Amino acid sequence: MTFGNHARTAREKRRSRNRAFSVRQVARRIGVEPAYLSKIERDQVAPPSEATIRRLAEELDEDPDVLLAMAGKVSSDLREIILRRPRLFADVLRQLKEMPDHAILRVVREVRDGNW
Amino acid sequence: MIELREDRLVFRFPEVHADAKCRIEFQRTLRIPDDRRHYPLPPGLGRFPLNHVDDYADTVPAAWNEHGGVFLPMYQSEALWLNFSGTYPMAVKVAAGKINAVTGQGWTNALSDRPQDYLVVPDQRWLDGFCVKKGSIRQFVAMPLGEGYTAEEQLTHAAEHGGLQIVVFPMQAEQYEEILREKERRMEEETPIGVSEKMEVYEGAAPTLGLAPGGLMFQEIYEDPYGFEAWDTSARSRCFVHLLNSLQFLTVTGGAPPNMPPTAEEYTNAGLPWFEYYAGDREALHGAKQLADLDSVNTTLRKKGKGGLAGNQSVLPKPVKKFGNTRVRTSDL
Repeated sequence: MTFGNHARTAREKRRSRNRAFSVRQVARRIGVEPAYLSKIERDQVAPPSEATIRRLAEELDEDPDVLLAMAGKVSSDLREIILRRPRLFADVLRQLKEMPDHAILRVVREVRDGNW
Repeated sequence: MIELREDRLVFRFPEVHADAKCRIEFQRTLRIPDDRRHYPLPPGLGRFPLNHVDDYADTVPAAWNEHGGVFLPMYQSEALWLNFSGTYPMAVKVAAGKINAVTGQGWTNALSDRPQDYLVVPDQRWLDGFCVKKGSIRQFVAMPLGEGYTAEEQLTHAAEHGGLQIVVFPMQAEQYEEILREKERRMEEETPIGVSEKMEVYEGAAPTLGLAPGGLMFQEIYEDPYGFEAWDTSARSRCFVHLLNSLQFLTVTGGAPPNMPPTAEEYTNAGLPWFEYYAGDREALHGAKQLADLDSVNTTLRKKGKGGLAGNQSVLPKPVKKFGNTRVRTSDL
């Protein structure tokens, strides 16, 4: 699925339950012209900037990293993390690439709950 | 499971439902005057930075390592509100110093409906303080633990916990699926969803802070519209949010704390907006007598013979923006 298609599907899913998710209203809330958002959704223009994708993700309750990946981008904070220790993270990612989701989730850092 | 992402706590329950996710962030805000008047909603001045306790195990107070969780830096001159977002309904219990902010009762991990001791998210978009009566809260303001100001000390006569405690329970998956189907059937109805739009303000040197009752504010805490059986009480995630005095933040983390927020007077004199929110016909909880009987910080100061609270001049909030579901309460200065 393309970025535009995915964004449109997610918006229309919410639109089916809430009219505030029309192209016009979503565009206004994320600070772009409705015509531009419409073109993005139809893949007639390249995906927008990282900041706009983040606002769109927030608006649609989508994961910003997923939307950025679909737009062929890597979040700037992730890029910074990788560039700080490129060899280590390249190694980690290659080793994780075949692991199933549940196994990867086990290595996601959780907020520790202690005794209280 | 709880993750820390971009200064937000992200609660997820993939074992219950793929959509079962909610985010909680802690918004900085100004301290409203503690003068017996009711104020509209102050703004959100940005998220408090959140840090894992485990990352600073050698420099945080020793008890924090046992509690786990996260911490945030807070000036004694500022206040805090919780901003909830997500689409999957969750029951969220919030306590300050292990005193439930809705019922005034002591902490328990379990959910209770008699009386209702939780908020329903996303119906409840934010929480600004202790629920003292129907439609009225006393703002969460930071005070040093051990000096008798906090709700915890007033109710338990001990300064043991401080901070904020949160536990989240997801809705039962079947109930959620039924709600989705019902919403799709009612496509023609307009049910706008949104986030919150708000503003934020105050100072000591004790490292650990607790939350004390500050000024009065109009805010409703809603009754559970789904019924107690809707919640999956077998699944829960909880987090201890420690409050670190901003003056100690550099010592603990090596980093600078955020700038001091403006006072209510500075904010109002600058002509910046306050907010009002109308939720239509939702039923609100009546508040707790234990919480209504608490002394506010200003009253405690007077009882201690220390005069009134500095910088506590009454203000006339203007303009006050009214907003509904599609507006956001956070605004950066």
